[in-house]
Amino acid sequence: MSKIPLQFRHNGRDVAIFVDGGTNLLVALRELIGDMTPKFGCGQGGCGTCSVLVDGELHLSCLTLAETVAGRTIETLDGMKQGPNLHPLQRAFADNFAAQCGYCTPGMLMAAKALLDRNPSPSRDEVVEAISGNICRCTGYEPIINAILAAAGGRVSA
Amino acid sequence: MTRHRGRGMASINYPIGMNLGGDPSQALVHSNPSGKFTVALSSIDLGQGMKSVTRQICAETLGVPVEDVYVDTADSDTGPHCMGSFASRGTHRVGNAVMAAAREARGVMMEAAAEELEVNAADLETDGRGNIHVKGAPHRSISTKDVAIAAQFKQGKTISGRGIFLVPLSNVDPETGEMSPTTCYAHACLVAEVEIDDETGEVAMVRMDSAYELGRALNPRLVEQQLVGGAWMGVSHALYETPEPYYPDPVHGPRDFVEYLMPGPGDICPHDIAVLERPAPDGPFGAKGPGEMCANPVLPAVANAIFNAVGVRIDDLPITPEKVLRAIKAQGGARPQARR
Repeated sequence: MSKIPLQFRHNGRDVAIFVDGGTNLLVALRELIGDMTPKFGCGQGGCGTCSVLVDGELHLSCLTLAETVAGRTIETLDGMKQGPNLHPLQRAFADNFAAQCGYCTPGMLMAAKALLDRNPSPSRDEVVEAISGNICRCTGYEPIINAILAAAGGRVSA
Repeated sequence: MTRHRGRGMASINYPIGMNLGGDPSQALVHSNPSGKFTVALSSIDLGQGMKSVTRQICAETLGVPVEDVYVDTADSDTGPHCMGSFASRGTHRVGNAVMAAAREARGVMMEAAAEELEVNAADLETDGRGNIHVKGAPHRSISTKDVAIAAQFKQGKTISGRGIFLVPLSNVDPETGEMSPTTCYAHACLVAEVEIDDETGEVAMVRMDSAYELGRALNPRLVEQQLVGGAWMGVSHALYETPEPYYPDPVHGPRDFVEYLMPGPGDICPHDIAVLERPAPDGPFGAKGPGEMCANPVLPAVANAIFNAVGVRIDDLPITPEKVLRAIKAQGGARPQARR
């Protein structure tokens, strides 16, 4: 199978790669671009840890064909911090003990960012809905929900 | 269709550590010429907070700020032997080993400081902020950094310590069957409230209330995190997950997270937790271990709550909607028990 040239914007930077037809976005990001922040969990959309934003919308990168993002804007956890500072969501996750093993954290943060970008002051139910595609084994979700609500309410120590 | 609510409780005694040929862990502590300390362990932190807790234990024992301690874990090539992170043994076993190693290192540090200040080491104390001074005379002081430099470049001493904590094997008495498998027990009680749909057999968690007695909580936020998250692992074992749904027949085992079910964010319920601190005599600063016990009382409490709600006793896990429904049918309908 011949390689397909592919260009898109990755965390504010234009990238150009060659992918095999059928390559998924997760593999393209991790293996071809070297952005290891989206994680491989189940490879079939059941766990959410590979979540990234495509033009601001939450997508499971393991189920997204790389060639479908040509010319689009991809955001991953790698691009979340603001210069040397953590993003308020990252700060809130740390302050609220919202990670233990950390494997779900990249997906949780991207799902939370997708929510807050379009709804800056969500209700608790809206937060629960927003992360309902993401599985967490360690935290029992409560600290994650509280962290997202804290970030939304500006209750985060800088 | 009717929804039935029920409440169940369970209490547990939880042994810390295990009894398979003795239960040892080792730690090594040494200072760097900068006056910072490194703890070498091969114990693994998989998110439960082992690095944070051993760092606190080491800093407290040495009498230095927690920022001055670095914990290097999980490399069995460079760290001394550890049995592993399981059986809720990390804080208790590894913590005790770190404490012993830090105590030995502190002894050398105080001797080196005594030589620099020209006093007796017994007359010195640490201020917890990186200085060592003569008791009652804070101006006769030297920083741990200067002590480390003096030890390294002038005195030719290593400020270091070795620690091991071993709970020896307890053999079974062949006559009575008696043994002492562990030295330290934690305790918990949990009340679970569930709601059951008698048409689908689905069990929803309504709330949990619990009390945990786990020795001294060395890091209360980490303890809380463990108890909150671990309770949901318990719920998951009680209601959702199994590798062998028709055990012992291995068919229809789950192959992925779509079939191996776990609670999602929409399944959780309020959980009020009371932490009771009764320091353990043989624990580091009185700590036991909040590890696995956070999941354990949930399973029997949920099974009891299901009985209370619809009158069926289900004794194999997980308690799936199918099992609840079959049991309700077998007894000719839901029989709610007296509300407790």
